[in-house]
Amino acid sequence: MVTRTQRHVVGAHYGLRDWIAQRITAVVMILYTLVALFALAWQGGFDHAGWKALWAHGAFRLATFLFAIALLWHAWVGVRNITMDYIKPVGVRLVVQGAVICALVFYTGWTIQVLWGVRA
Amino acid sequence: MPPTRPVDPPRRPVYLNLPAIRMPIPSIVSILHRVSGALLFLLGIPWALAALDASLASPAAFASYAAVAGHPVAKLIAIGLVWAYVHHLLAGVRHLALDLHAGLELAAARRTSAAVFVLAILITLAVAVRIW
Ligand code: HEM
Repeated sequence: MVTRTQRHVVGAHYGLRDWIAQRITAVVMILYTLVALFALAWQGGFDHAGWKALWAHGAFRLATFLFAIALLWHAWVGVRNITMDYIKPVGVRLVVQGAVICALVFYTGWTIQVLWGVRA
Repeated sequence: MPPTRPVDPPRRPVYLNLPAIRMPIPSIVSILHRVSGALLFLLGIPWALAALDASLASPAAFASYAAVAGHPVAKLIAIGLVWAYVHHLLAGVRHLALDLHAGLELAAARRTSAAVFVLAILITLAVAVRIW
């Protein structure tokens, strides 16, 4: 057995929590994708009328919002992993990560507007 | 501040001559999973939101969106994003299976990655035919 004596002890298992979050959100998004495809087919076709009818259901809009939250979380973990791999200068990385968070929060607000029509 | 290490880690040679590195199909699928994830974040989310917004808003907004989306370049981008979503989803399912220690043997890993790769392209082609 190999024992590593120079282990670099950091953090509080954020890595594991993110790893699990990314998997749970992935499952949520898979399920939503299947539900959406079936609902659309059920609703009477992939034309504009069927499309409108699908989004008229409050339950479907709520499911979509759940998907959006899962996506927000999943994308944050994923994109942050990518920045940690490729952007080495800490300052640059933090700026990029800040921009990513801003974009994701903006998208979530946009999602709410689209789903529940809070238009000015 | 993280505690400093008692000994610096050994400096290993870095050899990143990409064309010279052998790329078996599982590694291609893995890289494309990352590429597709990045694409979905950079283009996919804003595109999907804009499309949904337009398709549910007034007929006028929908018409103006349809005019933009009907352009061949827009269609190509849309098809690219469909591929990104399908590939990322299928590779994600495979990834979750691997996390559960299913399909870890080399032969199986090669087979499933080839299946992901081909299936994503086939589904994308089917959608592309409809869009075009
Ligand atoms: C539709 C269902 C989806 C599934 C099943 C899924 C699955 C996964 C899984 C299992 C991972 C972990 C890969 C790893 O640990 O190496 C991952 C990573 C990632 N996902 Fe997704 N994902 C989905 C949708 C999305 C979407 C819509 C985005 C758009 C932002 C996205 C962006 C990413 C990114 C950026 C990563 C990190 C890639 C990397 O580190 O190489 N995913 N995904």
